Amino acid sequence: MVVYILDMVILVIGIYCLIAKRHLIKKIIGMVLMEYSVNLFLILIGYRHNGIAPILMPDENRVHFAQYGVDPLPQALVLTSIVIGLGTLALMAAYAMRLYEKYRTFDMSEIRRLKG
Amino acid sequence: MASVMLPLSVGIPLLSAVLILLIGKAWRNAGALFAPITTLITLVFAIDLLGADAGTYWMGGWPPPFGIVLVLDSVSKVLLLVVNMVAFLASVYAVSYMQKYTAQNKFYALFILMLAGMNGVVLTGDLFNLYVFLEIASIASYALVGFGVEHEELEAGFKYLVLGTIASTMLLVGIAIVYNLTGSVNMADVARFVSGMPPNKALLFALAMFLFGFGLKAGLVPFHAWLPDAHPSAPAPVSAMLSGVLIKAIGVYPLIRITYSVFGAPNIILNLILWLGVISAVVGVFLALGQYDIKRLMAYHSVSQMGYVAIGIGLGTPLGIAAALFHMFNHALFKSLLFLSAGSLESATGTRDLRQMGGLKKKMPITSLATATGSLSIAGVPPFNGFFSKLLIIIAAIMAKQYVAAGVAAFVSLLTLASFTKVMKYSLLGKLNEKYERLKESPVLMAIVLTILSVLCLGVGLFYNYFMDSIFNPAANDLLNQAKYISMVIGG
Repeated sequence: MVVYILDMVILVIGIYCLIAKRHLIKKIIGMVLMEYSVNLFLILIGYRHNGIAPILMPDENRVHFAQYGVDPLPQALVLTSIVIGLGTLALMAAYAMRLYEKYRTFDMSEIRRLKG
Repeated sequence: MASVMLPLSVGIPLLSAVLILLIGKAWRNAGALFAPITTLITLVFAIDLLGADAGTYWMGGWPPPFGIVLVLDSVSKVLLLVVNMVAFLASVYAVSYMQKYTAQNKFYALFILMLAGMNGVVLTGDLFNLYVFLEIASIASYALVGFGVEHEELEAGFKYLVLGTIASTMLLVGIAIVYNLTGSVNMADVARFVSGMPPNKALLFALAMFLFGFGLKAGLVPFHAWLPDAHPSAPAPVSAMLSGVLIKAIGVYPLIRITYSVFGAPNIILNLILWLGVISAVVGVFLALGQYDIKRLMAYHSVSQMGYVAIGIGLGTPLGIAAALFHMFNHALFKSLLFLSAGSLESATGTRDLRQMGGLKKKMPITSLATATGSLSIAGVPPFNGFFSKLLIIIAAIMAKQYVAAGVAAFVSLLTLASFTKVMKYSLLGKLNEKYERLKESPVLMAIVLTILSVLCLGVGLFYNYFMDSIFNPAANDLLNQAKYISMVIGG
C-alpha cells in the first residue's frame, strides 16, 4: 500500500511542477516525473512478490507458472507508454528551444502575449 | 468479421504520412498531391461503411478479449464519416492555402497523422489502444498549432501541450485503475464485468479521470483555457480540423463511448456532464461576445457549442443522445466552414481583426456567402442545420424535465445569433476600407470547398428528418443498448 501512496505523491509533485513552475525546463522535468509515476503505477499493478518472468518454457510447471508469473500485460502497456512519453518530451523540448529563440527567456511568466 | 476497410482507414493515412516525408525530400509537392488522395480514399471507405453491417475486425486474427479489436457500429459510422469528410475538404483547401508557408510536406504529414489517430480512436474497441491513437492525434495537433513558429503560435502550442499532457496522463491513470479492477482493457469485456458488479468507488474514480481527460480534450468549461489560444493560432485548415472534428473525435466521442457502452451511464456522471454542458454553453458564448479577433471568437463559440452536445449527452434519453450526435455532425460542418472562410478572409485582407474589415461582400461574394451561411447555421436560423439540432436538444431537455438546461440552451442560442450578427456586420456589410480596393475573390480550390460545405449545411437542414431517422436515431439506440455492444464484440 505504501508504494502506491508514494507513487501518487510523485504524480502530484509532477503535476505541481508542470503547472506551477515558471521555468520551461522545470516544467519539462515535471512532465517527465508525472509520466514516470504513471508508468510505475502500471508496473506496480502487475507486480508479484517473488514473481518470475512471464515466459512459459516447455519444461515449466504450469501451476507454478500461473502462481508466480508476473502479469505481462502492464509491462507491454508501459513499453508503449514510455515511447509516447519520449515523443511528448521531444516535442516539449523543441517547443522550449523555439520559445527561447523568439522570447530570449525560459520564464513562462514573461511569455504572455495571448489574453482575453 | 467486418471488412478489411476498418484497419485500412487507420493504416493508409499512417503509411501516407511516412511516404510524404520520404518522397518530400526529393519532390517538394509530394504532400499537396498525397494528402488529398489519402483523405479521399478514407472518405470513400467511410461512405461505403455507412451501409455495412455492424461488426468487428480482429487485429492479427486474435479473438477478443485477448487481441485488439476494431469495432464498427452505428456511432462509429457517424464519426468516421464526419472526420473523413472534413479532413478531405480541409486538405483540398490546404493545397491552395498553404502555399505561403515553408516546410509544407511536414504540414501534410502531421495533418494525415492526426487523421490516422482520429480514425483509430473512433474505431478501436480497446481502452489502451484508444489511448495510443489519442496520443498520436494529440501530439500531431500540438505540433500543428505551433506550425507558424511565431510568438503567439508557440505560446499557444506550449500551453496546449502542457494541458493536453496532463489530460492524457490522467486518462492513463484511469485505464490503469480499470485494468486493475477488471483484468482487461477490452471495452466490451470491461463492460461485461462492470455491468455485473455493484456500484464501486474505484470505478467512479476511474470514470472521473476519464471525464477530466476527455473533457479537457473536448474543451468543456472549466477545462477550456487552452482552446481559444490553440485553435486560432493554427493555419486555417488545421483550425477547421481542430475545432471541427478533433475535439469531437478525441474528446466527446470517447466520453460518450466510455460512459454509455462501457460503464452503462451511471446517473451521477450523466448529471455532471449535463451541468458541465450548461456551464460551457453560457461561459463560452459570453466570452465570445466581446471578441473582435474573428478566429478567437469562433473558438469561444466551439466551447459554447460543445456545451450543447454535452447537454444532449447528459440527458440520457434516446432523443437527447440522437440530438447531441446530430448537433456534433452539424457543428463539424458549420464550424469548419466558418474557420475556412475566416482563413480566406484573413489571407485576403491580412488581418483577423473584425474592425479593420468591412464591405467585403462586394469584393469576395463567394466567401461572404459562405461566411453568412455558416453564421446563420451556428446561430440556429431555420432552415439551416444548426436550427434543427438545437431545437431537438431543447425539446429533449424539456421532455426530460430539465427546464433549466432547456432555458439556458434557448438563451445561449439568442446570444450566438447576436454574436454572429456582429461578425457579419463588421466583415461583410458596411463601407469598404480603402486599402482593400484591389481585393480579389479567393482561389478556385478554396472557393469550391467553401461552396460544398455551404451546400451541405443547407442540405442537412432541409432533409434533417431523413438524417435523424437513418443515422442518428439508430446510433442513439445502439449507445443505450449496452448488452448489444457486449455481445457484438465478445460474441462476434
